[in-house]
Amino acid sequence: MANSDTNKNSAKGDVQEPGRRDFIVVATYAMAGVGAAAVAWPLIDQLNPAADTLALANIEVDISKIAVGQSITVKWRGKPVFIRHRTADEIARANDTNLDDLRDPEVDTARAEKPEYLVLVGVCTHLGCVPLGQKTGEVRGDYDGWFCPCHGSHYDTSGRIRKGPAPTNLEVPPYSFLSDSVVRVG
Amino acid sequence: MSATQFKSPVVRWIDHRLPVFSMLHHTAHDYPTPKNLNYMWNFGSLAGLSLAIMIVTGIVLAMSYTAHVDYAFDSVERIMRDVNHGWMIRYIHMNTASFFFIVVYLHMFRGLYYGSYKAPRELLWMLGVVIFLLMMATAFMGYVLPWGQMSFWGATVITNLFSAIPYVGESIVTLLWGGFSVDNATLNRFFSLHYLMPFIIAGVVVLHIVALHRFGSNNPIGIDTKGPQDTISFHPYYTIKDVFGIAVFLLLLAMAVFFFPNAMGHPDNYIPADALQTPAHIVPEWYFLPFYAILRAVPDKLGGVLLMFGAIAVLFVLPWLDRSPVRSARFRPLFRIFFWLFFVNAIALGYLGGKPAEGIYVILSRVATAWYFLHFLAILPLLSMFETTKPLPKSISEPVLGSSGRTA
Amino acid sequence: MLKRLFIALFALTLAGPAMAAGGDVELQKRDWSFSGPFGTFDKAAMQRGFQAYREVCAGCHGMKLIAFRNFADLGYNNDEIKAIAAEYEVQDGPNDDGEMFMRPGIAADRIPSPYANDNAARASNNGALPPDLSLIAKARGNGPDYLFSLLAGYKDAPEGMTVPDGMYYNAAYPGHLIAMPQPLYGQDVTYSGDADDSIEGISNDLVQFLMWAAEPKMEVRKRIGVAAVFFLGIFVMVSYMAKRRVWADVH
Repeated sequence: MANSDTNKNSAKGDVQEPGRRDFIVVATYAMAGVGAAAVAWPLIDQLNPAADTLALANIEVDISKIAVGQSITVKWRGKPVFIRHRTADEIARANDTNLDDLRDPEVDTARAEKPEYLVLVGVCTHLGCVPLGQKTGEVRGDYDGWFCPCHGSHYDTSGRIRKGPAPTNLEVPPYSFLSDSVVRVG
Repeated sequence: MSATQFKSPVVRWIDHRLPVFSMLHHTAHDYPTPKNLNYMWNFGSLAGLSLAIMIVTGIVLAMSYTAHVDYAFDSVERIMRDVNHGWMIRYIHMNTASFFFIVVYLHMFRGLYYGSYKAPRELLWMLGVVIFLLMMATAFMGYVLPWGQMSFWGATVITNLFSAIPYVGESIVTLLWGGFSVDNATLNRFFSLHYLMPFIIAGVVVLHIVALHRFGSNNPIGIDTKGPQDTISFHPYYTIKDVFGIAVFLLLLAMAVFFFPNAMGHPDNYIPADALQTPAHIVPEWYFLPFYAILRAVPDKLGGVLLMFGAIAVLFVLPWLDRSPVRSARFRPLFRIFFWLFFVNAIALGYLGGKPAEGIYVILSRVATAWYFLHFLAILPLLSMFETTKPLPKSISEPVLGSSGRTA
Repeated sequence: MLKRLFIALFALTLAGPAMAAGGDVELQKRDWSFSGPFGTFDKAAMQRGFQAYREVCAGCHGMKLIAFRNFADLGYNNDEIKAIAAEYEVQDGPNDDGEMFMRPGIAADRIPSPYANDNAARASNNGALPPDLSLIAKARGNGPDYLFSLLAGYKDAPEGMTVPDGMYYNAAYPGHLIAMPQPLYGQDVTYSGDADDSIEGISNDLVQFLMWAAEPKMEVRKRIGVAAVFFLGIFVMVSYMAKRRVWADVH
């Protein structure tokens, strides 16, 4: 390799800096950079959810024991998930609602795969409190769905926001029915 | 030095107000370094790299580690099994700890051989010994964290050393433990200190480098540089040489991490700590074995502890024990022989530290321990008085131009 | 001189673990499929090893660090894993009444241990504690060879040695007196297919399974290791050439 660019880089005093731009020197520093980048990935990726956390990212829930009109709460990804076995009356009211009355218009059939079972993430879309209405005897709000005690948001029997500060409906998590009695959330 | 040497106007603007770039440029670029350093001078940068690897992987491990006696062992296993790449990060941390000690021991033997501790570099050497002490404390506490059998019993044995102190020993041990045995309180404080101390080490490393740059590196000939003809700029010569050293170091480290990750560990540390059952043979990590051998060489409890700490304390006063004006062993034929004897003796101590304290091993440990102290306290002072040294060259350039090809 | 330093220090580091083993035990050295830098686990043997663990060892030994989902490494698919998990009863709770209850296992559960705690285990085993096997292959010196030798190491005690009640003579066990009765006699497990169900055959399968359990990331570790060593090997050569290049004009 020619040593021609040695003199272009003459430094202070009588010390020279030879070969700084030689291919092999550049290649060395480039490889060091590539190696450092390769090591950086595991150090960043370790921040992602670990295998045991991911293993609980889907849960299977037995819904056969929920009586009509009752609800259960299960923990999914660290958050409460509401599963309500709705009465015929509740389903009818959810379907009869005029979409123009809704802040976040959505039809009930788009929110419940099987109308009898409503599956919702039990976190108020306002500021993250858990609404009341799951247990018998709890306040269910003006629309007989859920009521968030923090700032007074009222949700209807489809989990849609009707009154109060919350901007959107209660979120429907991804779920599917593995059988008539088992629903898989996540 | 003027800021005009930087091409970028942004760098120049900052450097005029905050001269960090000038400082970096001075320490890592045009810092004049003897041109005849051999590969034994690579271990300083490798030690720095090891410290950096330990801090980075350690911070990451702490994100998934739980410092509680009921969870520590399982949280480490969760890192090994469930955390993304956790096994790799932990094995790197484990093995780099051992490599860190290998590198530092070689760095110290280099200093011993070439007389790098002599005037005017006494403080540089002593700061190095401080780093070594801090490293030992950090490594010891880190080994406790996985809360395996060796963790627990290592912690018990080493903290019990302090009970040898007359009158207040027991109280000091209770204070260290935060209880009446090694327990949750002990684990928590060890975790806290294990996290803190690497940063203290990093601080002392800065002082170590400041002291180094005051008079510059020693060199294999051990005579002072006489002018620009004896030195070359740090960059690009020693940067590229350090990069090569780092490449070799990382290759060896990768082989250990990926193919023999537990070779330098002890199988018993994969057994959860059990306060009611001591393993058959307690051995510390390999890098403590020479000092462990010294500890056990003495039948008296306090005596053993004092000797062990003395083995390190003697390093602090080394610059005043070896008064020979000649630094490098290359020009001290007798010293050179005794250096290698000392080296073999140190290895022997390490070997004996891993053997059970019985029979011939006890006797050999005593001989080796005696030799260790004899070397520092008698041989070195006597050598500096009576040894006939070889004539020193006039300057670094002279022998390098001659026959010696040791620069490559 | 450099070379001498390296050799001596390397010998020292290698001596460490070797010193730990010691003792007058007989270890049978075997060639394991997972030895060496390219070694891998034998999936079929691990599945048989799990079956043997379950039918022979699990009565006394837990494997609490292993989750059913980990069995994907053994070559089981999701449905098979769910089916295996469902065969176990796992404690969950508390329910709305504040009671703990049992339910069928799911993939995310870890293998339930046979005893509620160490004291219960000791009480059922004459005071001896059957160790958890999750890490056993790494928690003993020369783990795989040791475990294999131990399982095949039950023999008649030599002349003059008295074996106390509740203890058994084992050639591979340190001290030779072990509280675990001989677990394998051959044909202890009914394998589907014609796999070797002699003591050696089953021991081999168990060791494969236990080694995997102790070091489940071994295969990916070695794969990455080969790539890392290859990259760094080239890096060593390139950086050495660059060093020579830069230093060419230094006298």
